[in-house]
Amino acid sequence: MDVFRDQNWVLSVGTFLPLAGVLVMLFIPKAEEQLHKLVALVTALATLGVGIFTLMQFNYDNADKMQFVADHEWIPVIKSSYLIGLDGISLPMYFLSMVITLLVIIYSWNHIPNPGNPKAFMILMLVLQTGMAGTFIAQDLILFFVFFELVLLPMYFMIGVWGGENRQYASLKFFLYTMFGSALMLVAFLALFFKTGAESFSIPYLVENGGAIAKNTQIWIFAGMFIGFAVKVPMFPFHTWLPDAHTQAPTQGSVILAAILLKLGTYGFIRIAIPTLPDAAIEWAPYIGLLAVIGIIYGAFGCLAQTDMKRLIAFSSVAHMGFVMLGISTLTTFGLNAALFGMVAHGLITGMLFFIAGSVKERYHTLEIARLGGMLKQMPKLGWILGFCSMASLGLPGLAGFWGEFPAILSAYNPADGLPVETFRTFMIIAALGTVLAAAYLLWLFQRTAFGEPKAEFSGHGGHGDHGDEHSDIHDVNMFEWIAWTPLLIAIVVFGVVPNLMFKVLDPAVAVTLKAFGG
Amino acid sequence: MIATLAAVAPWKAPTIDYHALLPEIILAVGLVVVLLVDLFLEERGKWLLSSLASFSFLGAFVPVVTLALSDSGARSMFDGRFVVDDFSLVLKGLFILVGYVVVLLSTTYVEEGDYYRGEYWVMMLSSVLGMVMMASSRDLVSIFVALEFLSIPAYMLAAWRKRDSRSNEAGAKYFLLGVFASAVMLYGMSLVYGATGSTLLVDIGASLDDSRMTSVRVLGIVFIVIGFAFKVSAVPFHTWAPDTYEGAPTPVTAFLSVASKAAGFVALVTLIYIAFPLASDVWQPMIWVLAALTMTVGNVIALKQTNIVRMLAYSSISQGGFILMPLAVAGTNDSAQSVLRAVVVYLIAYAVTNLGVFGIILAVSRKTRSGEIASFGGLFSYAPGLAALMTIFMASLAGIPPFGGWFGKFAAFQSLLSAGGGWAYTLAVIGAVNSVVAFGYYGGVLREMWMRPAPDGDESPINTPSPLVLALGITTIGTLLVGILPGLVTHFGDLASLTGAFGG
Repeated sequence: MDVFRDQNWVLSVGTFLPLAGVLVMLFIPKAEEQLHKLVALVTALATLGVGIFTLMQFNYDNADKMQFVADHEWIPVIKSSYLIGLDGISLPMYFLSMVITLLVIIYSWNHIPNPGNPKAFMILMLVLQTGMAGTFIAQDLILFFVFFELVLLPMYFMIGVWGGENRQYASLKFFLYTMFGSALMLVAFLALFFKTGAESFSIPYLVENGGAIAKNTQIWIFAGMFIGFAVKVPMFPFHTWLPDAHTQAPTQGSVILAAILLKLGTYGFIRIAIPTLPDAAIEWAPYIGLLAVIGIIYGAFGCLAQTDMKRLIAFSSVAHMGFVMLGISTLTTFGLNAALFGMVAHGLITGMLFFIAGSVKERYHTLEIARLGGMLKQMPKLGWILGFCSMASLGLPGLAGFWGEFPAILSAYNPADGLPVETFRTFMIIAALGTVLAAAYLLWLFQRTAFGEPKAEFSGHGGHGDHGDEHSDIHDVNMFEWIAWTPLLIAIVVFGVVPNLMFKVLDPAVAVTLKAFGG
Repeated sequence: MIATLAAVAPWKAPTIDYHALLPEIILAVGLVVVLLVDLFLEERGKWLLSSLASFSFLGAFVPVVTLALSDSGARSMFDGRFVVDDFSLVLKGLFILVGYVVVLLSTTYVEEGDYYRGEYWVMMLSSVLGMVMMASSRDLVSIFVALEFLSIPAYMLAAWRKRDSRSNEAGAKYFLLGVFASAVMLYGMSLVYGATGSTLLVDIGASLDDSRMTSVRVLGIVFIVIGFAFKVSAVPFHTWAPDTYEGAPTPVTAFLSVASKAAGFVALVTLIYIAFPLASDVWQPMIWVLAALTMTVGNVIALKQTNIVRMLAYSSISQGGFILMPLAVAGTNDSAQSVLRAVVVYLIAYAVTNLGVFGIILAVSRKTRSGEIASFGGLFSYAPGLAALMTIFMASLAGIPPFGGWFGKFAAFQSLLSAGGGWAYTLAVIGAVNSVVAFGYYGGVLREMWMRPAPDGDESPINTPSPLVLALGITTIGTLLVGILPGLVTHFGDLASLTGAFGG
């Protein structure tokens, strides 16, 4: 059939299908809560179906080339077009965003946070999905910018409406930080556009012509993009919105934020900033590397100081994204592969950890580490899943986290030509120390929450009389949690054992990205 | 004396292109019909007037479309003093559509108010008639006449609720400062006329250039720009706007903040492009300063407002700064076209969005009877549809994709950067910072609607009358279309080349 041979519809359908679900839900009254969940679930399943089709049709031998390319006129006067495509770099994140959205919707089945209203919650989730998927396939800067911004409002509302006590502050902080970053990013995009002759916003064109810009100009343009993407990653010192946003966000928001949204920043570096401005990238790389290792150490110490489980996981994100950024800053294929793998691995693992934190909160009504304990006795399955994810997160070999962290450190031993080798080797040593700290805070977290005896207030005997009904919430992993979590847990093991599944997709595309660096 | 007059070529009647004048003629006829019908209507039949007014607007829109589709090029009358080109047609279309939407916004408001209804529609029609004339005026005198034509009814509209002291204050302030601005502008015009010997913009443009600047000429240009700075409420000539906006009837505020402001910009653009293109050294720095001040001051004061209409007054001041922003580089040859496009696109995006905002305010205040931002509390829980639309409009004003406003801002930044140079970059950075700050107050409304409880726990639903629903539908579709498919609007922006300035 022609439709299947000429596949430029695949990505558009995969990206905009969630909006079709939104349209249906708009016409269903608010009171039909189950129906809303069902429509959202079906939409997410259908979207994932398109995603699986994409995965099957993707030509893995040509992972370095843009596939499923569609190019339509969009805003001709500013020379921006609807240009989309997918290569080995985009594919894993594009697909992951679909998986995570589906799992989050499944998890939401009986976990709609206060104040309820599944209609609005699910609609925002689906809009978010369109924005995330769109960002990973956009091959035009303006299109990229629109999708990049599209995720802002849904996440703002998700945190601000369904979040914790301090939600209004956290959501506004999240929004203003990101918006400030994207304003500068947009100015940088425009500057790049004019400096390459005001011909086109298409990323392939800019990659080809960006290198010709004078080095000093490149450095300034890179600065604008750097702030835009670094806020999103978030890199030290732009990270301060993250702990607040994560702590206050509902579980679903935290999972999406950790698994996908943060990656929009690192993806931007890899897809746009580095290939279009190679000379500036070389100049900036040592500073990016420096901020990355500061992030690793700072995030780790931040974790050790936390008393709140969710906040601890949030700080661990700062540290892990530090490893990703360190890999990127080496400007080697090795480092970029590690970074891209780390992005997916962090998405799976930290996404899982936030799911667990959400479930712990639901059962104990607190995430105060000091009040938790003995989870292995009370809820052995949940406790062991936490243990498993902590191990994965600290980079235990054989699980996915290892393949993001270890090669990233290793890549700093031998950075790209033109980068100061001694500096990067120093970074390598500091980053290696960071892994020790990571082991420390994660094991400590696991130990304090899961080992020992349950605290008296939750153990059912010896607690205060008026807290009696609190214990009724304490039950082990339920069916919806199993359905939502199993795919992630399996993926963590599979990618840990057979990392080449992903590396073979990433590598050719990474090599193309780094063409300018001879690497 | 008589001999000199006689020596002038004998007067002959100008040829009149009735097709080109049809929008004005239809509006004028509509105005007279409404006025006459009002005389013979019983009180309970007065609802007919709003329908007549809206039909006049829809009727006037038809020739705008037919003129745009006819490929006879620009039509010029009265020795080039009245020109119907693509630029003027786009703006005429905008003014007429805004007029129509404002009629929809006003219908229920006027029906429920206890004031003269007929006069309301007459004044609305005549003000729009002035604006439509303004879009075609290419002569100092006709610009001034059009300006007074659109302003005087607007003064009266602002004071329409004559038993309400704040409405009186609104009208009085607007009138006094408006007249003052007219006087300043008229003085500037007389200086320019004295220095160049012509009131025709094209002739002025030919003789006013940087190499032959005298203090009289400079003063003339400065006064004219200041006069329009009042009209578009640019800082520091903005002081009338908040009180007028707050006191005037809400649909009138919508009208003033969109149409009247746009008309000011249209005249300013016409003058800059046709009369002063070679005098850019005089007005570019002025507009630079006005733009920077207007964006910043408008924003900062808006942050502190608790009344939604007052907040929107300052927001509209700040938006005006963004429209001025690209004009600060309009004299640079390369960017002249993209600046014009940016202004037109911004005006369109801002018009549909802001009208939508006022539609929501009218709908909500029917229930809450309050103008406080806090009265929007809990809107999302009891009127999610209105809250969602208000979210779209606020996001559009804040410039967040994919809603209309982002493209206006984008076009403004793009034209600024295309001109290049330190001053342009500095202004772009000021604009970028301001567009982030602006979210502080737009986001405040979102927070109130989505995250706060309803005041007094009153969650009874809102009954939105059908004209408002129609107005909200039009503005929402407009806002989304401009944002998602900006190509449609830039098409108008491309058409909008001012014939006089571009070799026509």
